[in-house]
Amino acid sequence: MLHTVNKSPTERNTLESCLKHLTKGSAVLLIEDGVYAALKGTTSTKLVEQALKNYPVFALYPDIEARGLQDRIIDGIKLVDYSGFVDLAVEYPRMQAWL
Amino acid sequence: MTEATGGIEMEEDSAGKVKKFLYVNRKAPYGTIYALESLEVVLIAAAFDQEVSLAFLDDGVYQIVKGQHTKPIDVKNFSPTYRALEGYDIEKLYVEKESMEARGLKQEDFLVPVKVIGAQEMSALMDSQDVILSF
Repeated sequence: MLHTVNKSPTERNTLESCLKHLTKGSAVLLIEDGVYAALKGTTSTKLVEQALKNYPVFALYPDIEARGLQDRIIDGIKLVDYSGFVDLAVEYPRMQAWL
Repeated sequence: MTEATGGIEMEEDSAGKVKKFLYVNRKAPYGTIYALESLEVVLIAAAFDQEVSLAFLDDGVYQIVKGQHTKPIDVKNFSPTYRALEGYDIEKLYVEKESMEARGLKQEDFLVPVKVIGAQEMSALMDSQDVILSF
């Protein structure tokens, strides 16, 4: 399952809830304000680093660039563009959107 | 009349009195319309020669992060506008220290000169205003 998160972790509990419900074979894709979860040095960084140990975490680069976050992304998060987003949607049999 | 003037009293006997306006920004810039709407209202209000301050706290601190490039998501990059506020005599920009630090940001990460203040100082700033507009 590919899980998308589109809310800031300091605005809603969307990220936390998503990460809590991951199962074997899950992956997470951060989009829109969800990309704030990809930032180093924040109150949610540890949570994401923990998830990275067991699951691939992706982030949509155009959303990162829009917000000026390009130089402060957690190591290990894979950056994708829009076509990479489509590839992930094809690769994983199902998607779940955490809003 | 308060509905038409957005709750701002415009009685004749108070005409000409300069009031203190604080714009409280608490939302990240592009996921919702709040940040842009706030900036639009700030620019409109600038025409009225009032004493205007802007506060950035919680996710609002993300509004003024340097290096925003929005072309790839095809929305307007309004971040350079914060730098233009100086030209409208809006120079009092405050960032809440706790919000900044919780997001791994430092004062030099912002695209405009700001004063970083603690939550307690922020409360006092809010308390000293005549009008607070929240976004």
